[in-house]
Amino acid sequence: MTDASLNIGREDGPYEPKFGDFFALLKPRVMSLVIFTALVGMLAAPATLHWIEAFAALLFIAIGAGASGALNMWWDADIDAVMRRTAKRPIPSGRITGNEALGVGLGLSFLSVMMLWLTTNWMAAALLAFTIFFYAVVYSMWLKRSTPQNIVIGGAAGAFPPMIGWVAMTGSMSIEAVLMFALIFMWTPPHFWALALFMRSDYDDAGVPMLTVTHGRRSTRVHILVYTVLLVALAVAAAFTSMGGPFYLAVALIANAIFLRDAFRIWRRNEDDAEADDFKVEKGFFKFSLLYLFLHFGAIWVEAVLPQGAWGGW
Amino acid sequence: MSFEKVTSDVHEKRFSRNMGVGLCLAAFIVLMFGLSAVKIRQAGATEGFDHVARPALIPAEESQ
Repeated sequence: MTDASLNIGREDGPYEPKFGDFFALLKPRVMSLVIFTALVGMLAAPATLHWIEAFAALLFIAIGAGASGALNMWWDADIDAVMRRTAKRPIPSGRITGNEALGVGLGLSFLSVMMLWLTTNWMAAALLAFTIFFYAVVYSMWLKRSTPQNIVIGGAAGAFPPMIGWVAMTGSMSIEAVLMFALIFMWTPPHFWALALFMRSDYDDAGVPMLTVTHGRRSTRVHILVYTVLLVALAVAAAFTSMGGPFYLAVALIANAIFLRDAFRIWRRNEDDAEADDFKVEKGFFKFSLLYLFLHFGAIWVEAVLPQGAWGGW
Repeated sequence: MSFEKVTSDVHEKRFSRNMGVGLCLAAFIVLMFGLSAVKIRQAGATEGFDHVARPALIPAEESQ
């Protein structure tokens, strides 16, 4: 057998994909946020697992999230190629074919759901399967290209990981799991709308009906403020539930005051102001939104490990 | 017949891919072994109900 015979199917392709190209399909940066929030969901849960089971559960939740990212890249390859932010992804840049991405996405989806079931319980596996379905089918295939509310409803997909982590530990649903879900669900719209404001023409070019495209940039600024107010109310109120406590309250008050101030600044500005300083406030709001989520989930984690009565719980 | 080692960019990338897949599979096997060990330990002693009866492993009230 000659070496040439090993190149079946790739003779005409100038690029040989590396392992890293396939890994990039899993959206590693999104996956790191999924790992963090799922880990907090697991640590905050009033149950214990052997550390190998807990590690495996977290790994399979992360792989499931990555698989849904690969399916999203497979479906959205056409619009990813048009948008500056996504043009370098593996499929539009020609490093991976669409069929390879589909194979990776479906294979890892099946593996992660089955393994999470075997490792923990059926409810956690069912939630993971639903999350993959919701992100790949409901958000990517349906909502993203059809409604400006895409990010509002689609944001649910990113909100499931802490709930899956909680259910993986306890085997049941609870108000705390729902609150963690709600926190990410309400956080997603202002986070992405701020991105849409300073990425400007990206979504226009791709024909994605983001709020900035369908309702205008003024309306988007109003929406960011309204959703931030709702988020602030939820985030601070969560301090008085069983997953909150004095430490969480202190963190939430500071983080939400900054977030609300920046949302108010975004609302007050017009496009001329934004153009003048190259969207400084919008970019700052977007960056802080990542820290905001990290601080809240970090505080939930701290509350879970602090002894009751001191700073932990009420 | 000689087997000359051919090196090129394509081979290096293919090696990186194969090595990555190999390491993932090895890690998966180790994880499966660890999980199996944990699950079996959690299930408790099962030898009392194996092919050969071992009365010493059967609880007192059950063996009467």
